[in-house]
Amino acid sequence: MSFINPVKRGYLALETWFNISFGHQWNPLYNLGTLTFFFFWIILISGLYLFIFFDSTLMGAYSSVEYMTNEQWYAAGVMRSLHRYASDAAIITILLHMFREFALDRYRGFRWFSWVTGVPTLWFVVTLGITGYWLVWDELALYVAILSSQLMDGLPLLPGTMSRNFLAEQINDRFFTLMAFLHLLGQPVILVFALWFHVKRLSGVSIMAPRGLAIGTFVALVILSLIAPAVSHDPADVTQTPAILNIDWFYLNIYPLLDYWTAGQVWMLTIGISVFLMLMPWLPKKKQDEVARVFLDHCNGCEQCAKDCPFDAITVQKRTDGARWENEVVVHDNLCASCGICVGSCPSSNPFRHSEQSLITGIDMPNSPINDVRDQVDAEIERVNKSSSDSDNKIIVFGCDNALDFKGLESSNTGIIKYYCVGMIPPTMVEYALKKGADGVFITGCRTGDCYFRHGNQWMDERFDGDRKPILRKRAERARINVFRAVETECKELKAELDRFQQKLSSMQKETESVDSDLVESDIVESNIIESDIVENKNGEA
Amino acid sequence: MNKIIRYPLQILNYSIFMGLVWYFSILPPYHQLDEGEALITYTMSHVGKHVTECKKMSYEELMKLAPNMRKPMDCPRERSPVVMELKLDDELIFSHTAQPLGLYKDQGIDIYQNIKVPAGTHHIQTWLNDDVKVEGPIYQHEQDIVIKPEQHLIIQFDSGKGGFTVK
Repeated sequence: MSFINPVKRGYLALETWFNISFGHQWNPLYNLGTLTFFFFWIILISGLYLFIFFDSTLMGAYSSVEYMTNEQWYAAGVMRSLHRYASDAAIITILLHMFREFALDRYRGFRWFSWVTGVPTLWFVVTLGITGYWLVWDELALYVAILSSQLMDGLPLLPGTMSRNFLAEQINDRFFTLMAFLHLLGQPVILVFALWFHVKRLSGVSIMAPRGLAIGTFVALVILSLIAPAVSHDPADVTQTPAILNIDWFYLNIYPLLDYWTAGQVWMLTIGISVFLMLMPWLPKKKQDEVARVFLDHCNGCEQCAKDCPFDAITVQKRTDGARWENEVVVHDNLCASCGICVGSCPSSNPFRHSEQSLITGIDMPNSPINDVRDQVDAEIERVNKSSSDSDNKIIVFGCDNALDFKGLESSNTGIIKYYCVGMIPPTMVEYALKKGADGVFITGCRTGDCYFRHGNQWMDERFDGDRKPILRKRAERARINVFRAVETECKELKAELDRFQQKLSSMQKETESVDSDLVESDIVESNIIESDIVENKNGEA
Repeated sequence: MNKIIRYPLQILNYSIFMGLVWYFSILPPYHQLDEGEALITYTMSHVGKHVTECKKMSYEELMKLAPNMRKPMDCPRERSPVVMELKLDDELIFSHTAQPLGLYKDQGIDIYQNIKVPAGTHHIQTWLNDDVKVEGPIYQHEQDIVIKPEQHLIIQFDSGKGGFTVK
């Protein structure tokens, strides 16, 4: 078994726990992005409701929030708590999202763009939360306002000292309205753009959490809001400094640092961490295989690869080679993840084509061309045929290179073929392996709901179910195909699953032999009867 | 996994998650001040005096300059550093020499300093010098004051308002 670093091992254990609790479909760790979006929806809707009752004046803000919290606790109070707790929960899911991508090494290589744009997006979320605390205008709001100003004063951008404005009580309604505008409109719009950039290089992005997970999370948030409603501190008073503040550590964690450090030092820390995070994809850079190449002579412009590409790296354009087809596809090298899913999508990847000559498909991976894969399948079937007895079941394993280590499965009766992703396997290749003499095809891939290349598992399932082109034809016997999805830590389960598959194939073999022998016996009996009839007839004639 | 087991596990997970959300949204409490402490903010935005006085230019000196640069008075831009001290019951609790900002040291200085002090009756003394040509305090203020626990006392300097104010 290959080495798995402890961070990844720990994370995978957590993922397993959630799979046990929620199942693959609702596993929160597979849905951290959509869960964060779900929290944003709650924040948006609750925020709109709160805005109805919020008085955006210096004198009226606190009392309006108090009214919502105490007088209308059953509606606006709950909304306020939902607004607060959903914001906090979003920070947890964002941090978990970052940790997950780090632990699974999904932040480097072609994923650098999403990682890098994620860092400022986190900044926008945090600053949006901070301005939200200003609007309550309680002791905590004043603390946040003064310390935020001190931080701004630490930047060599603005002359003067902003912090003094709060001491001299120079804050007026207009400034407060400006803050409300920032929080309610300005920052959310910036955040929407940041999120758009963050997912720009992904296709088929979902912003809706699975229904069951969304319902469960919402119910939990409502219960928390009823049990522990969000409340304010005393009203802001510049002549008082409360000894104890219940600060929101999700958003205000850097402020206490100002007790020990200067604003400049706090900026150096936060900017330093941010820059380090943004440089992480190149520390060190991840090697990536060569990107996909289009072979126009074998491309009919069906666009299936463009539809299936998980990273929007393939676009369709008008034909440039004068062929009779209307369109052709183009691969954008800087966006391509080298996942090979496009090869699995291409109808020209059919290994039954040009069986006597080199197989060239419409779109292929230079380092693992489909012709080489077909040759490997031929070679492995030939090898297992030679090295195993007739009674052994010959199995071809198609293994995803980004899931668990399957190389240990190779044996006298089991041949292995490596793929970048299960989505790269053309369904016809499975059929081809069975046709060429394999008794079974065993496919290993990433855990359900957690494909390394996002859509590989889903596309393969849909192709095998006949819901997505190119489909697995019915002539490929489904019982002889086994799909196993797991992570690196589940090698024992992988071996056990292969053994079960072997047994299943053996029992299928016995059933077949038994049916065959029954047929032979009945043929013999039938022929005996016919023969005796003939003898009787002959005797009668005589 | 059996749903009978799965649902309790989900409830457990949601409870842990919401527990984390609730806890870190208000706890652990942040102690801004210790018991019986108050906060003094010592602050000012001020421009020191010019380091050297303006000098009247002679005719010869003016003729050496380009026509558009000829001004009757030559005023060096550099400002004096601002020296300040704050004592509480004769104990020095803040002392600072603020250098003028800018490439030519011709800008003002900004001070915003928080100092935690014990509550009680105190005697405060503060002074400021904003002119290198003068030795010792130019502005000063002292008074007895009762500072309550958690009070935020602001000592502000504004030359336009005659110097220090305490409130």
